[in-house]
Amino acid sequence: MNERQWQSTDVEVNRSDGTKNSETFTPAPAKDQFQEELVIRPLHSGDIYASFQFRTLWDTDFLQEGQKKVSHYRLFPKSLGQVLSKFSVQELHISFTQGFWRTMQWGQPFIPSPPGAELWVWFHHTVSDVDGNWKELTNVLSGIFCASLNFIDMTNTVQPSASFKPLGLGNATDHRFLRYATLPREIVCTENLTPWKKLLPCGSKAGLAVLMKSEKLFHSSFHSQAVHIRPICQDEQCTSKAWELRQTLNVVFDHYTSGQGKKEWSLFKMFSRTLTEACPLASSSKVYVDITDNPELFELSPATPLLSQAVVLGDRRTYSVYDLTRAETFGQLRSFNLLLRWKGDNMLRPLLHAERYVAGFGLQTGEIHTVIYNNHPYRAFPVLLMDSVPWYLQLYIHTLTVTSKSRDNKPSYIHYQPAKDRHRPHLLEMLIQLPPHSMTEVTVQFERALLKWTEYTPDPNHGFYVGSSVISALVPSMVAMSTNFTQDQPLFSSFVPVKEESSYFVRVYTEPLLVNLPTPDFSMPYNVICLTCTVVAVGYGSFYNLLTRTFQVDEPSPPLAKRLANFIRRIRGVPLLA
Amino acid sequence: TDYNDLYCLFTLVQFTKAGQFFSSGHTNNWAVLVCTSRFWFNYRHVANTLSVYRSVKRLGIPDSHIVLMLADDMACNYRNPKPATVFSHKNMELNVYGDDVEVDYRGYEVTVENFLRVLTGRLPPSTPRSKRLLSDDRSNILIYLTGHGGNGFLKFQDSEEISNMELADAFEQMWQKRRYNELLFIIDTCQGASMYERFYSPNLMALASSQVGEDSLSHQPDLAIGVHLMDKYTFYLLEFLEEVHPASQANMNDLFKVCPQSQCVSTPGHRTDLFQRDPGSVLITDFFGSVRKVEITKDTINLTSPVEPPIQRSGSGDIQIESLTYVDQLPVAEIIHQKPKQKDWHPPDGFILGLWTLILLVFFQTYGIKHLKHIF
Repeated sequence: MNERQWQSTDVEVNRSDGTKNSETFTPAPAKDQFQEELVIRPLHSGDIYASFQFRTLWDTDFLQEGQKKVSHYRLFPKSLGQVLSKFSVQELHISFTQGFWRTMQWGQPFIPSPPGAELWVWFHHTVSDVDGNWKELTNVLSGIFCASLNFIDMTNTVQPSASFKPLGLGNATDHRFLRYATLPREIVCTENLTPWKKLLPCGSKAGLAVLMKSEKLFHSSFHSQAVHIRPICQDEQCTSKAWELRQTLNVVFDHYTSGQGKKEWSLFKMFSRTLTEACPLASSSKVYVDITDNPELFELSPATPLLSQAVVLGDRRTYSVYDLTRAETFGQLRSFNLLLRWKGDNMLRPLLHAERYVAGFGLQTGEIHTVIYNNHPYRAFPVLLMDSVPWYLQLYIHTLTVTSKSRDNKPSYIHYQPAKDRHRPHLLEMLIQLPPHSMTEVTVQFERALLKWTEYTPDPNHGFYVGSSVISALVPSMVAMSTNFTQDQPLFSSFVPVKEESSYFVRVYTEPLLVNLPTPDFSMPYNVICLTCTVVAVGYGSFYNLLTRTFQVDEPSPPLAKRLANFIRRIRGVPLLA
Repeated sequence: TDYNDLYCLFTLVQFTKAGQFFSSGHTNNWAVLVCTSRFWFNYRHVANTLSVYRSVKRLGIPDSHIVLMLADDMACNYRNPKPATVFSHKNMELNVYGDDVEVDYRGYEVTVENFLRVLTGRLPPSTPRSKRLLSDDRSNILIYLTGHGGNGFLKFQDSEEISNMELADAFEQMWQKRRYNELLFIIDTCQGASMYERFYSPNLMALASSQVGEDSLSHQPDLAIGVHLMDKYTFYLLEFLEEVHPASQANMNDLFKVCPQSQCVSTPGHRTDLFQRDPGSVLITDFFGSVRKVEITKDTINLTSPVEPPIQRSGSGDIQIESLTYVDQLPVAEIIHQKPKQKDWHPPDGFILGLWTLILLVFFQTYGIKHLKHIF
């Protein structure tokens, strides 16, 4: 039997003792860890909100110069790691959403996202050609996630000047390295979920990801899957970086279509599966159920003594915790199915809420209205409104008005970048102070452009989408938020870094707009050619005939007898009959 | 002796059988499956394409070797009463969409230009691998097209068309660039036979669901979903392919017999004159399945110990590393007092240049060059 020696190719350090390499196998020190969690929050309308978060932490630095290229990937997916190092990406946030998050009925989500696809990226400050990297990055991501992200180009990319500060570590906040784009028309379906699931260390075979069956997930009111990559502190002292990859999936199941009208849910009813084991590669695997409101009117089985309190979105909430790494959670049947029944009305009244709509009539002009509500009874706070409008809606910025309580409210900061036809969209960023318990309305008039006939989509009568507005705000919190950003906190409360205790950061997305542009009749050229040719043929032809036709007398042909007689006469040489 | 002759004859027979096994000459398989129709009432075209996708995956071609182009999304369409499903039969028996599907070109990306670029390989450099047809001269390619078509053309998304001549030229380009070993072309549209009339490159075999002058018909509507679910030809093709397994010996002659006129109402056609081998000796799995090269060895392999992690720099303890901080998400004071961004200097635009040229022209005209020295 032959023995083949396989040499590892990356050995840099020569062993000084010269011993043979066939002794005990010492694994490389594990520098990465994986945590998964599921948070279930019942909503007052009878719907249920489930939020999955999968986090992979890796103590390495893709972008540090001098260190050799990372080539050994364990829990962190290799496809994303290679993308990050090739394009020198410091932070990447991409989300795919189907449906619109109804803030008034459902409260605030843990991780907000606009309908369609949204991608924003901070590049490293050493990148020289940000636009080139951005273009290639969108193409590579469109291949990884099976989405048409290659439609992101200069006509729908903006560089926000104050919104979208990095969520991870960073000292360079030069906004030249930030790019933001949305595709509101992007459809999310199983083909986007499949590659997303394949990025998880356990895939969809073990752990919480077995619950992700597309037939149930897409039969919902809201479905959003996202990938967030950023560098975070490795420890308390924060002297070195670690890379964090968070994959989140938020879904809201509808009370009537999936719930059969009852405020009674179970894991099996929601996902058509139960949990049988935690992911073996996970260091922590937990299920949290929000039981804050109405504890008497709330029924949860199987019961658990583990309770945890967390301050999230400015409110202190109580959660029942189920630890899937412990065997007793699964009981004797080796299967974990959660049953929830509640009767109360546990409404979290959102403090910040926004709407947007198009006013006006006809296909020439219109008006965009954005309405922002501040529901806090006595505190005023500032919000940053960012609007990115495509170039074919030509905004008249001189008609921009901001009114609160029917009085003019002058923004303290306005950044406006006008559009360039077929090059750049409009970018409008404003810092508005919202008075307490008020409604603020921002209006701007626009005119619709007529596109070139090749620029229309194959279904132009559907309309054209305008991406959601983004409202970033620091909302005053009822309860003191903890600024201790350690790794022991549950994942859903540690997404956004908290700088001060009295407020929390929130991002609200408005509805996308669907606007009809003046659309030509595409069958018109064919019809015009037919009609014109017919008119020319009939009109000119008859006129020509009338002018040039000459008439000749034509004798009818004689009967057969006469023709025979003429024939004989011709032979005889005698003059013919008439 | 007789026994010797018999033995030689026996081995010869065995050899031809084995020889036939390797006679196809291809080493990898690719599939390009295209649905060209948009809108909900063209559900059946997406179902057609997904049925062929499902069969091809089942018989062994991996996702990395399949280029799937769907012009519209039916599964997650808001009109679909059962989201994330596409059914092929009215009793909702078979969900051809499945749980593990990867669509490479979708929505507005399915255009004639992209289709021809995929075939000929002339894609922009930043196109990801999953969107490319990376075939070589030992690849057998299956191309399946479905949608609305006519005599000599196929309609893409209601706004453009591909003609049979363009398709034939694309295949010729593929042949000249040695991008295929053998190619099977299946089309399920009205008057489909017109699309393969103009082929002129070697090693092409073509199948169509109807002759010139005939329409391909759809199979059955589903009352719950409200649209027709499949076309007749592809329905019977799917039924035939469900019987095929990776080791099957079914050949092309069986494929030509799928859906005779009694079932399909239209007459399916085929073209084999450009194909070098006899269709009776071509296995279905040569195009629908995948050849995988497996090398079996009984040797043991010794793995050396794994990569050593790079040694930490010894001087790191001495250098004072400042602790990193998170950025303030909404620094109000900073935003209000933000300095306006330094705009990059651009050379003057056309209008400004023209304006200055006019001013200078008028200036020189009025004063003349020789007077300039008095002024300056």
